[in-house]
Amino acid sequence: MPAKAGDKRRQGQSRPSGGKAAAPRPAKAVSKKRDDDASTEAGEGGDECAGKSQAKPSDQLELTEAELKEEFTRVLTANNPHAPKNIVRYNFTERAYCPLSYIDHMAIHFSLNGNMIHKDSDEGRRQSIRSSTGSEKAPDETSTVTSEQAEVKDEESAGDTQAAEEEQEEEAPVTEEVAEPAEAEEPPPPKVAEKKLANQFNFTERATRTISNPMREKACQSEPTPREVFSATANQWIIYDAYMEELQKIEMSKEKEKPKAQTAKKEEKKKGKKLTSLESQQSDDINKISKAAKIVERMVNQNTFDDIAQDFKYFEDASDEYRDHHGTLLPLWKFQYDKTNKLAVTAISWNPKHKDLFAVGYGSYNFRKQGQGMLLLYTMKNPSFPEYVFRSESGVMCLDFHNDHPYLLAVGFHDGNVAIYNLKKATSQPSYKSSAKSGKHTEPVWQVKWQKNDMDNNLNFFSISSDGRIVSWTLVKNELVHTDVITLSQEGTMMKGPEELQLQVFGCGTSFDFHKKIDYLFLVGTEEGKIYKCSKHYSSHVLDVFDAHQMAVDSVSWNPYHLKIFISCSSDWTVKIWDHTIKAPMFYFDLNSAVGDVAWSPYSSTVFAAVTADCKAYVFDLSINKYEPLCTQLVVATKNNKITHIQFNPVYPVVIIGDERGHVTSLKLSPNLRKMPKAKKGQEIKMGPEVEIAKLDKLLNLMRDPESKAEE
Amino acid sequence: GIPIRTTLDNSTTVQYAALLQQLTKKARSTVRDIDPQNDLTFLRIRSKKYEIMVAPDKEYLLIIMQNPDE
Repeated sequence: MPAKAGDKRRQGQSRPSGGKAAAPRPAKAVSKKRDDDASTEAGEGGDECAGKSQAKPSDQLELTEAELKEEFTRVLTANNPHAPKNIVRYNFTERAYCPLSYIDHMAIHFSLNGNMIHKDSDEGRRQSIRSSTGSEKAPDETSTVTSEQAEVKDEESAGDTQAAEEEQEEEAPVTEEVAEPAEAEEPPPPKVAEKKLANQFNFTERATRTISNPMREKACQSEPTPREVFSATANQWIIYDAYMEELQKIEMSKEKEKPKAQTAKKEEKKKGKKLTSLESQQSDDINKISKAAKIVERMVNQNTFDDIAQDFKYFEDASDEYRDHHGTLLPLWKFQYDKTNKLAVTAISWNPKHKDLFAVGYGSYNFRKQGQGMLLLYTMKNPSFPEYVFRSESGVMCLDFHNDHPYLLAVGFHDGNVAIYNLKKATSQPSYKSSAKSGKHTEPVWQVKWQKNDMDNNLNFFSISSDGRIVSWTLVKNELVHTDVITLSQEGTMMKGPEELQLQVFGCGTSFDFHKKIDYLFLVGTEEGKIYKCSKHYSSHVLDVFDAHQMAVDSVSWNPYHLKIFISCSSDWTVKIWDHTIKAPMFYFDLNSAVGDVAWSPYSSTVFAAVTADCKAYVFDLSINKYEPLCTQLVVATKNNKITHIQFNPVYPVVIIGDERGHVTSLKLSPNLRKMPKAKKGQEIKMGPEVEIAKLDKLLNLMRDPESKAEE
Repeated sequence: GIPIRTTLDNSTTVQYAALLQQLTKKARSTVRDIDPQNDLTFLRIRSKKYEIMVAPDKEYLLIIMQNPDE
């Protein structure tokens, strides 16, 4: 088509930017022509033939040569020829219609909504997942699409330089279409996931991996430490207890380390322990609560004898203020034990350590009716039942507590034996007993008294008996060894027996007492009524003799304060007070009945008490009344009863009285009987014994003076 | 505590035992707190109707109920 060729040439020349003419597209030929027509309408000028003679068509425009040479410039702009140039908008600021300066030259020739979605968007992913299932079809479709698009691409590249806007429009959506499927291909299904872009030409894939050790889990768990919930209080005493335990442990270990020289003692202890353990094996529930039961028993007794207990503690006879020089004895508890009903109280003694504990010996004074004897220990805390009960074959005649070892009791029997009871041991038998072999007395033992330990640190005590012997018994290595100290003999009674033997009649000692300070000095009262002053050092000779009484001397006792004074009582109804340097008694009391016992009070040097066979108790205070007792009181039921012994409690204002029925009565001394010398309060305590001594001295001086006067 | 020997009926005994044990513990604690060398020997409670006496021991508790002496 020559016309076309000419047009193209013209276009090619007029457009300097134009490149090579693309191969004419037969499909677009008509459209191009239209475009040519459109474009040339604007700047249509005369056709120009570049020196070629051509066949002129018949209807060709006839132009002059000048017109033919006229150059017409054609400018290629990107302006949209169809865009309006005169858009007018209302401008509010100027309040007028103003023409728009900028006019959009965008002309959309073709728009097509594509169906491509980004591969990473939700929908894309979903589709890719879905397409993975139908992955066989997908590549085919995409490949066909790509082939089509490839053709399109080729055509595009050929017609790229063509300025046809129509082409551009067509290309644009085509490229879009191409792009989208291509992109659609790119997010492959997960199975065909991202293929590695490998070098097609020279690529081998090789992978290595170290052998990884199979992981094995090994767990070890220790046993959970046993847990225990512990709660305690930390009181003062808990801490103290803990410390005490520690201390004891330390002490135990120390004891074990001690040298073997002490094993002998330990063996003894062990023996003792064995004895106790044997007995404790019999313990059952009742025995285990013995301690608590003891306390309870005492408490119950306190309840029962509540009024007595109150009296004992607090009652002070107020009427004593009105009764000058007269006192009373308030009866307190009465101690009795049914098994001793037939026995007479033969001895009473207070324990030196426990001031409420006292021992009572039971026997019989009746020479013919001699039965068993008993030894009971009572405490004031429990009047109902004795604490300790000991039986013996023969009647107990006397007893004495050891001062240093308050658990040791020396006892003298009616059959002449002596024994030592150990209260710490649980046995009911005496620990040590004398026998005929070991030199027991041949007559009843009337009095026993402990002495200080001898040089070998052995315990020893003295005993006196009707057989005239004063014997010292020593506890040597678990045995009682006796030593005759003195053999009493009656003065001037060397009888001439048959075959001209000079028989010595022995005096019968009935009581003795050791001096408090002068250790070797002691007094002996005899059945004849004489009192001998003896010394331990002289075995056959007595220091002095007092013609004291007409009948047997029942009791002698040194004054606890005054060193020279002693008192004696006898069945001849009298009580006499002596100064041991003077032969004659200082004081003399006639009590109208056989005096069983007399005792000094521990708190005053001038107070003493005496008991008689007519069941009366007499309390004298020499500082108040020299001739008459302050108190005369019937203390026991009189029927067939005699009071046998009396003892003052060393601490409390109480006396205990034993009678022939086996009862022990305790009485409280009323205030008048316990009058202390009225001195200044601050001084009284210190000057106690001296005051007492002085008091007595005064009296004695008074006595002596009239006596001396009388003598003169 | 467990009652070992009783002269009352069991339920009363158990009740008494439990209550008095606590009281004794408290009393003992009080006494020893003041002076750790001290110890409770006896506890006596006097009420209108009875008098209760409690003697504590290492292992045992001895309880006595008495009518109060008039």
